[in-house]
Amino acid sequence: MIYAELFFSFLKVGLFSVGGGYAAMPLIQSQVVEQHPWLTLQEFTDLITIAQMTPGPIAINSATFVGVRIAGIPGAIVATLGCIAPALILVSLLAYIYNKYQNLSILQNVLACLRPVVVALILGAGLSILAMVLFNGSAPGLETLSWIDTALFAAAFVILRRFKWDPILTMCLCGALGLAAHTLL
Amino acid sequence: MEKEQPSLTGTQKLRTLFFATLYISAFTFGGGYVIVTFMKRKFVDELHWLEEKEMLDMTALAQSTPGAIAVNAAILVGWRVAGFPGMVVAVLGSILPPMVILTLISFIYQAFAANPYVALVLKGMQAGVAAVILDVVCDLGGDVLKTRSPLFIGLMVAAFLASFAFNVNVILIILAATAFGVVRAAWQHRKAARS
Repeated sequence: MIYAELFFSFLKVGLFSVGGGYAAMPLIQSQVVEQHPWLTLQEFTDLITIAQMTPGPIAINSATFVGVRIAGIPGAIVATLGCIAPALILVSLLAYIYNKYQNLSILQNVLACLRPVVVALILGAGLSILAMVLFNGSAPGLETLSWIDTALFAAAFVILRRFKWDPILTMCLCGALGLAAHTLL
Repeated sequence: MEKEQPSLTGTQKLRTLFFATLYISAFTFGGGYVIVTFMKRKFVDELHWLEEKEMLDMTALAQSTPGAIAVNAAILVGWRVAGFPGMVVAVLGSILPPMVILTLISFIYQAFAANPYVALVLKGMQAGVAAVILDVVCDLGGDVLKTRSPLFIGLMVAAFLASFAFNVNVILIILAATAFGVVRAAWQHRKAARS
């Protein structure tokens, strides 16, 4: 039955992708291109492009996209449920442990050491995105630097830091200004 | 804590939680860390439902368990803020926008992916995303520096170098920091037992 196949395929994706985002990509490819004839490699590449351009986790985006194409909207729902089922169980368990034993000395020590590490990881992710934006994905250098995007980034950073604007509003403004600047200049 | 409040407040809280996760999820491009920084702004700075250190703990937990970081973070925040119903509405809020958007796009996807104007808007938004992340990192990193603890500052620098300069797998970095915390707890325990 197609619904069960969709459910269990994306259950595997949800269960074995630790670390989110790009970690899930090869797993999805193996499930929907290689193990099941659901997408061609070209369609899969398009899917990844779309997933990068739209909000939401790549795994959820893929589950919806593949589900709709294979079995309509019920297919999308079944595939998405499969994708989040492992997290619902495992993370809920973890939430219980965290809320109950937050004050345990060993958990406190572990979390105290993890916090600065998480800050570093977020910084790394931010810098990767910044480099991709400023240099259009090519090697960093003066010739590849996009002046419009540099100006957009600098302006956004200043209004966020100095004037405490709403982050989502700032992002949408950047999108509109980016379109205007790239079209007019 | 929340259970003692009248049920209307509970319902209102669930509604706020649902629309907050829905709004964040609908507008957050670019993966798990981005959504976590938006969650920090909303739940810590604006609504004061979580402490900053709790948000960082939840990020670490969301990152080191299977599944999408955004969904995992929603599960953790939901449980913390309003128990089981909170978890359900937070997860629904975070998966509905991508589901609706991808369903629509799956019907018109070739035209969407090839449209140059769509690409330009998204490019501009990415510049904004980078600014949002670095703005939040300035706050968080500043707090770590303020502890003046060589251990925590050293861990932050080491983790940054390992992930950004040497491309060490994120799971390994988290596991290493976890092991470090366990050793530190054991060491403190021994020191306390001796004195």
